[in-house]
Amino acid sequence: MLEQLLANWLPNVDWEEIGYASLDTLNMLGGATLFTVLLGLPLGVLLFLTGPRQMFEQRALYAVLSLVVNVLRSVPFVILLILMIPLTVLITGTSLGVAGAIPPLVVGATPFFARLVETALREVDRGIIEATQAMGATTLQIIFRALLPEALPGLIAATTVTAITLVSYTAMSGLIGGGGLGDLAVRYGYQRYQPDVMAVTVILLLVLVQVLQMVGDRLVIHFSRK
Amino acid sequence: MIEFHHVQKTYRVSGRDVPALQSTDLRIEQGQVFGLIGHSGAGKSTLLRLINRLEEPSGGRIAIDGEDVTALDANGLRRFRRQVGMIFQHFNLLSAKTVAANVAMPLELAGELSRAEIAQRVTELLARVGLSDHANKYPAQLSGGQKQRVGIARALATRPKILLCDEATSALDPQTTAQVLQLLAEINRELGLTIVLITHEMDVIRRVCDQVAVMDGGRIVEQGPVAQVFLHPQHDTTRRFVLEDEQIDEGEQRDDFAHVEGRILRLTFQGEATYAPLLGTVARETGVDYSILAGRIDRIKDTPYGQLTLALTGGDIDAALARFQAADVHLEVLR
Repeated sequence: MLEQLLANWLPNVDWEEIGYASLDTLNMLGGATLFTVLLGLPLGVLLFLTGPRQMFEQRALYAVLSLVVNVLRSVPFVILLILMIPLTVLITGTSLGVAGAIPPLVVGATPFFARLVETALREVDRGIIEATQAMGATTLQIIFRALLPEALPGLIAATTVTAITLVSYTAMSGLIGGGGLGDLAVRYGYQRYQPDVMAVTVILLLVLVQVLQMVGDRLVIHFSRK
Repeated sequence: MIEFHHVQKTYRVSGRDVPALQSTDLRIEQGQVFGLIGHSGAGKSTLLRLINRLEEPSGGRIAIDGEDVTALDANGLRRFRRQVGMIFQHFNLLSAKTVAANVAMPLELAGELSRAEIAQRVTELLARVGLSDHANKYPAQLSGGQKQRVGIARALATRPKILLCDEATSALDPQTTAQVLQLLAEINRELGLTIVLITHEMDVIRRVCDQVAVMDGGRIVEQGPVAQVFLHPQHDTTRRFVLEDEQIDEGEQRDDFAHVEGRILRLTFQGEATYAPLLGTVARETGVDYSILAGRIDRIKDTPYGQLTLALTGGDIDAALARFQAADVHLEVLR
């Protein structure tokens, strides 16, 4: 009966295709988030440490890093997608599908995430860094034993925001053949005017964003000790 | 022993050199509780942080037990810092770690003890500061006094020979302050470690310190044993601290004394003399009458002291003054 109902209400929806597209979206999201964190975390730490009035204040280096981050952040993602194509082919061998989508997603999200990391680290009480220094900690110990654990809730929140931003970026990557739910929405919902496909994909994306935010918030609360 | 030889510190603020500590010579003996008192901006925090080089000196030399610590390289500095514990006004505990993990941290960073040895040392330290029941709590679940006890346990973890206290009781209520100071005095007595503390409260100095240095405008303006400095202040800054502490308004006091007849003098007793029945004896022998205008009987660390301002009338005042002078008290004739 349910099948009958779905077929009546959503005549154009091919559930198998929706399933594959969802899987593609999840793969792109997972891969892109992973690499964004791997690249953005060190970059954010570097931005923090070399920033004004910080442990390793380096005006020139900070200015350069800051400029690169700002330039990348000011390029609209749609344009970045196209600009990145040659580089993407160089890295993954293709500019299509999940593999072709991940490099531009990472380049688009890393500067954003790095800034959020820098802000989260600035929230850590300077007194805690001073106390750790007074214990005779090395710089690496200060970063890994004090700074990052103390900023953990902020870093989780930053990851959540970045992952949600990446969800909308994955949808855009459909434009250059990235696949996933966004691609489905554009090809069926927009180009073939099948509003039922559009509605289903939008609802799935909405659910995905909701779940990400909920899990993120839970983790932040779990790791907050203040 | 901590020695400062012509140590000075200047900060560069927007292209200008701002002196935080003028050239300073200082000597703090092993096992002493040394207090630095001054208003904010007097340079006491800079001086304290120079000892473990959280601030780098702009000039001069600092020696700890004869070793020049200003010359240490990064590795040497880290090893040296393990011999210097530090506690802070806002405790600076790691909020993401439990009490036990906070206390264990300096030992884990040093990496010299096994996990079991660290656990045992942490148990020992928490027992010393009276927090054995709170080992698995997080700092946010503790009161201010308890947090400072965790700070003290953490500072003592690597068995330092010096403990630096940065306004350690300024964020605590009076009762908790008294308990924390008592703990510090106990630690100083039992472990024989040198304590250097900075404060803007006279009371803190009086309760625990052996020696005190008064700071103003980036220099030490007066220094000596606590009793001497506070019972007979020489510098204006010191005098203001004493008056503030006793809640005396100098102008008001002068007006009050204007209405009083006779000679006005101040007697300062220290130690056993505090409890001797001197006033009555002198009054009977010389026939003077006395009225007490102001007075205070208290303790400086473990030594009782008294300071009385008297007006003398009638009888043989000169003989009375001579008797006071001969006795074991310090006499100042104010009028």
